[in-house]
Amino acid sequence: MKHLPLPVFSLFVIALPLILSNNYYLMALNIAALNVVIVIGLNLLMGYAGQISLGHAAFFGLGAYLSAILTTTCGFPVWPTIPAAMAITAVVAYLIGIPTLKLEGHYLVMATLGFNVIVYIVMIQLSAVTGGPSGFAGIPRLQIGGFAFDSDLKIYYLFWAVAILVLILSLNLIHSRAGRAMAALSHNEIAARCTGIDTETYKVKIFVISAALASLAGSLYAHYISFISPGSFSIFFSLQAVTMVLVGGMGSVWGSLFGAILLSLLPEVLHSVKEYNVLVYGFILMAVLMFFPRGLFPAGRSFCIAMIRKKT
Amino acid sequence: MISPADPHMDTAVLEAKNITVRFEGLEALSRLSFAISPRRIVSIIGPNGAGKTTLLNAITGVYPIHAGEILFQGKSISGLKPFQIAALGITRSFQQAQLFMNMTVLENVMVGMHSRTTSGFFKGMLRLPSERKEERIISAQSRDILDEFGLISKAADMAGHISILDQRRLEIARAMAARPKILLLDEPAAGLTIREMEAMADLILGLREKGQTIILVEHNMRLVMAISDHLIVLHHGVKIGEGRPEDIQKNRQVIEAYLGKKV
Ligand SMILES: Nc1ncnc2c1ncn2[C@@H]1O[C@H](COP(=O)(O)OP(=O)(O)OP(=O)(O)O)[C@@H](O)[C@H]1O
Ligand SMILES: [Mg+2]
Repeated sequence: MKHLPLPVFSLFVIALPLILSNNYYLMALNIAALNVVIVIGLNLLMGYAGQISLGHAAFFGLGAYLSAILTTTCGFPVWPTIPAAMAITAVVAYLIGIPTLKLEGHYLVMATLGFNVIVYIVMIQLSAVTGGPSGFAGIPRLQIGGFAFDSDLKIYYLFWAVAILVLILSLNLIHSRAGRAMAALSHNEIAARCTGIDTETYKVKIFVISAALASLAGSLYAHYISFISPGSFSIFFSLQAVTMVLVGGMGSVWGSLFGAILLSLLPEVLHSVKEYNVLVYGFILMAVLMFFPRGLFPAGRSFCIAMIRKKT
Repeated sequence: MISPADPHMDTAVLEAKNITVRFEGLEALSRLSFAISPRRIVSIIGPNGAGKTTLLNAITGVYPIHAGEILFQGKSISGLKPFQIAALGITRSFQQAQLFMNMTVLENVMVGMHSRTTSGFFKGMLRLPSERKEERIISAQSRDILDEFGLISKAADMAGHISILDQRRLEIARAMAARPKILLLDEPAAGLTIREMEAMADLILGLREKGQTIILVEHNMRLVMAISDHLIVLHHGVKIGEGRPEDIQKNRQVIEAYLGKKV
């Protein structure tokens, strides 16, 4: 029972393209997979370290631009560049996290917010390297040996394999010693410290992992779209990622999965109501946060459990 | 001081030397010195605001001490962080139970084993065999502890859903999961009924029986006098008396300051 959701979800992901008629949705689903990776990582930070980052778009952007520059400008091979970009992003996150996470309170929000603004400005101003406001084009696509990921369908399976892998690793993590320590420190920091948990180091580690996951998504994004521009990495995307965490449910890994999918696909579905789509989007967000403050997924699960109990 | 130090006492496992803790002008502990012998129940008593909880917070590194020194097994622990002090072997319960309410009873005890175990993020993510093995050991030992504390039937309950007595038991179980050299208890019987208090007294005595060193902060004089080996009396952050329970009961200064009509 406990292990059932994962294979069921995986089968669903494998089967979905077979019943989808429109390739347009495939592209939206591919972006959704990357958002899943970012949002699960961000939720580890928000749900388990009690900290908020408003800079995840910047880490996403670092991954994308590092991949773009290192492969296109410097000619490095694509696959090793992706973990290298993650490592560089991790170091950057570490340098931000060390001073801010040692202090009590929400200094990380301010630091990451500022960082995102700076990264965004650098992307625009440093046009010799980044291509400036008009963006960076010609990023090589992903391929393994002779096999090129040259269609949305191929990318779909690759990205969702990555997303499901991140899901599995995160589920493993929260059911491990480190995961319990994270849950402990997010719930009661003093008790956690007096129980022997080095809460400061844990918070920094979670933040670094979280940033590295955003970087991974950024690299994959760059090699998929093959063109990137600063607009995708502004503070608004950071806010969107935070919203996905909140809608899915803080501290729920499955919630993040559904929050990310839901809010990634919602604008596509709302396309038919064109002028009002921002309005409808905002209204749905507000309603969710007002009526299900713990998030949609935990609320839905409690409801299902209650229904099952009623029947038996 | 009331009675001279017991000549048969073993060397002190914990020693405070002239420690002072201040809060903006208020001296919550002033030049306090004492020594704790192993395998005893040493109780800290004193009226509200005497500085008892502050003392436990100073020992566990939650509050910094402004002067003096605390020695644990002969080495200074002043300036260490709470997690380091816990790892060295000093764990505690809190005046207001501080459980991890978002976890089950079993998981609370499993967290208590944190400092005795090692698996980190990557082992946990990848479920490496060594991590699985450690996890099985943690789980089995935690169940043993729950069994010992009479909580095994509630292992899967959420920590917030069990009775007050059970929550206090669980907090002690979690602290004991670290296999501490010294266990600190902050008013473990507060809010309990007479019968529950007796159960708590038995539990604490049972731990001492097994050789556990315990520092107990407790308001209830009947309980304190019945189970303590040694008492330290605090008043306005100053030690005003120390000795065996029967000696303390005879001490006039202590009676006036604290015990009053109760004795
Ligand atoms: N964090 C703090 N900041 C400021 N003052 C504090 C703090 N903690 C304790 N105090 C003060 O220090 C003094 C001692 O408090 P403490 O909690 O140690 O007393 P106590 O002996 O545990 O009392 P009680 O029996 O009520 O638990 C009190 O005057 C209290 O107001
Ligand atoms: Mg107190």
